[in-house]
Amino acid sequence: MKLSELRPGQSGVIKEFLDLQLSVKFMEMGFLPGERVELERIAPLGDPIAVRLPGYRVSLRKKDAATIILNV
Amino acid sequence: MKIALVGNPNTGKSTLFNALTGLNQKVGNFPGVTIDKKTGTCKLPNDETIHVVDLPGTYSLYPKSRDEAIVFDVLSNKHNADYPDLTIVIVDASNLKRNLLLYSQVADLNRPVILALNMIDVAEKQHLRIDVDQLSKKLGVQVVPINARKNEHIDALKEAIINAPKVAVQAQHTLWPNEAAEVANKISETLVLENTYQGLHIAHQYRTMDHLTADEINFIDKLISESDFESQAVQTQETLSRYAYIEEVLGECVHLDPHPLEHSITDRIDAVLTHKVWGYVSFLLILLFIFQAIFSWAEYPMAMIENLFSWLDGVGHQYLPEGVLSDLLLNGVLAGLGGVLVFIPQIAILFGFLAILEDTGYLARVTFLMDKLMRKVGLNGKSVVPMIGGLACAVPSIMAARNIESWKDRIITIMVTPLISCAARLPVYTILIALVVPDEKVWGFIDLRGLTLLGMYLLGTVGAVLVAWVMKKIIHAKERSYFMMEMPIYRMPRWSNVGVTMYEKAKTFVVEVGKIIITISIILWALASYGPSSRMEALDAKFAAESFRENYEESELEVMYATERLENSYIGIVGKAIEPVIRPLGYDWKIGIALITSLAAREVFVGTMATLYSVEGGEDDTSSIRTKMSQARDAQTGGLIYSTATAFSLMVFYAFAMQCISTIAVVKRETGGWKWPMIQLGYMTILAYIAAFAVYRLLL
Repeated sequence: MKLSELRPGQSGVIKEFLDLQLSVKFMEMGFLPGERVELERIAPLGDPIAVRLPGYRVSLRKKDAATIILNV
Repeated sequence: MKIALVGNPNTGKSTLFNALTGLNQKVGNFPGVTIDKKTGTCKLPNDETIHVVDLPGTYSLYPKSRDEAIVFDVLSNKHNADYPDLTIVIVDASNLKRNLLLYSQVADLNRPVILALNMIDVAEKQHLRIDVDQLSKKLGVQVVPINARKNEHIDALKEAIINAPKVAVQAQHTLWPNEAAEVANKISETLVLENTYQGLHIAHQYRTMDHLTADEINFIDKLISESDFESQAVQTQETLSRYAYIEEVLGECVHLDPHPLEHSITDRIDAVLTHKVWGYVSFLLILLFIFQAIFSWAEYPMAMIENLFSWLDGVGHQYLPEGVLSDLLLNGVLAGLGGVLVFIPQIAILFGFLAILEDTGYLARVTFLMDKLMRKVGLNGKSVVPMIGGLACAVPSIMAARNIESWKDRIITIMVTPLISCAARLPVYTILIALVVPDEKVWGFIDLRGLTLLGMYLLGTVGAVLVAWVMKKIIHAKERSYFMMEMPIYRMPRWSNVGVTMYEKAKTFVVEVGKIIITISIILWALASYGPSSRMEALDAKFAAESFRENYEESELEVMYATERLENSYIGIVGKAIEPVIRPLGYDWKIGIALITSLAAREVFVGTMATLYSVEGGEDDTSSIRTKMSQARDAQTGGLIYSTATAFSLMVFYAFAMQCISTIAVVKRETGGWKWPMIQLGYMTILAYIAAFAVYRLLL
């Protein structure tokens, strides 16, 4: 499942990244394989989304979130 | 001793900087680039004075934006003026894993480091227990828990600075793939670097680094093409291996106490402020409140400043001897200065609110709310910050666009930011609104003038959005755009920080803008007081003639003489020359003069008006500029010069026109050439002219 497909309140564990270039940026922001990520809320216009990682939250666009594959 | 402060965004780095340096700060630029550089001094308990530089917040030494590139350069380039003897890495204790990534990179540069552990209170609320001694032992550095917000344990940090070893003692972490290590070694040997990690960075970043020679670049090019060095893959592996190391360290130092699942205050606030209806409603209400405040709160201090200058003018006229110098002082300098200083309260209030919005974490929510909308018109959620900053001043805001990673989004943001009504337009708007909009309430509580002002700001914003949309269609992107941003938890604003911001901005306004305005006021006074001698002599002769004088009263003569002198002065001649071009917009030649002088800075408009009407009004006229303007009449038609149509046309012109040399200069620097600033100047002038013409015709 892709991170962009989660519903609010749902969570999953990061499995892999589809985009090599974005993956470095993602990891520097704390998105790590094995880390649990929860979809907290979706912006009123449907995009971007706010996700919660242990200890903090990040907002990102669905298009970019679609490059993160989760184990649900 | 030189110290650099490094850390992730939102870790309290700037707060720590303020705590260390107090008011001994100055803001400058890093050489060659226009990124704000905050430096300051701090006195240690042993009486040593240290120099502190606050580096831009970053998640990694591998830069993703131009802002972040400076961090690696300062920390690794021996020839950089700020190359530190000691680096303090400040980390958010509630989010150690991600924060230690940057620390571990900095540690590998093999220079002395101290770790400042901030926000322990937040970590404790999240039921995290951190064993500081164990962390210090594992990392091999001094770890100092601080609370930058509450100014706690800063003394302990100062002690740690005194005790810091002169050479690096921290645990190193060199775990890179073999091919990367090989390339990094060869680069650091050939370029004679401090250590191999610098070599690895150069292998990744050499194409965007400024200080390498052509020979060095050729050497690296060749080296990399001959090896299996794959930059993205190597960075991925390096990052993963660093996190593995960090996990291992934290496993022994951080303990999560069992706790029930809870909804934080931030969650509950976000449920409202990012709600699909209430989110936008509250955003609009907050903006409306700010504009109301700018008008109503500033009224009393503004009246005081106005009265002070009227009084000074009166005293001057009474006690100074008549002559050219007094005339220059009173009608040139004092008039220009008074016209500007009166806006200090409004500017301080606006910057105060901006500081509060940023400090509380609300700006990040605005970005979240607006990203999709902004993307539709070719912008980016992150464009909201430069655009809101544009309310204050386009110059720093255009620089703030540096943290937009996508080139196209960044260029469009830069192009449209000057359309957002900046603080310099505020004096122009307020004086014109006060002239033509009655002081009434709508629905009994909304100030009509405040509402008009909000309307002007909305007009600028709508203009910016439309232009961005057009540019989105025209400009072709070179790379994909992406958007990722941390949402900090809500916090109370640090009032001292808000106060410092208000003070600093008002000071900058007075000093920087004041300099320009006084200079221009003096030049204006000279140009308005003198003219070609042949014209002036003819004029004197006309008024000296008895046959002419007997037709008028003495007081009438005085006003006529002053007016005709102004018309025949140098500036009158220039103003008259451009009058045909601006007549269709409803402006006379005096407004034409103001348009020209506004090129240096928009707020000069008010000073110009003040100077022009003071010169015309003669020695004894000490009434305020507002009164003078409201009574000004057209010499030909006898109608009021500031009619509703003219005033609104003028406001619309100021809303859209690029009347700011500083902005042109900063756009040139930021885009690296004259192409974009010229496009910007061109489209804004055309837009302003057409819009002002339309408004004048409509209201006439």
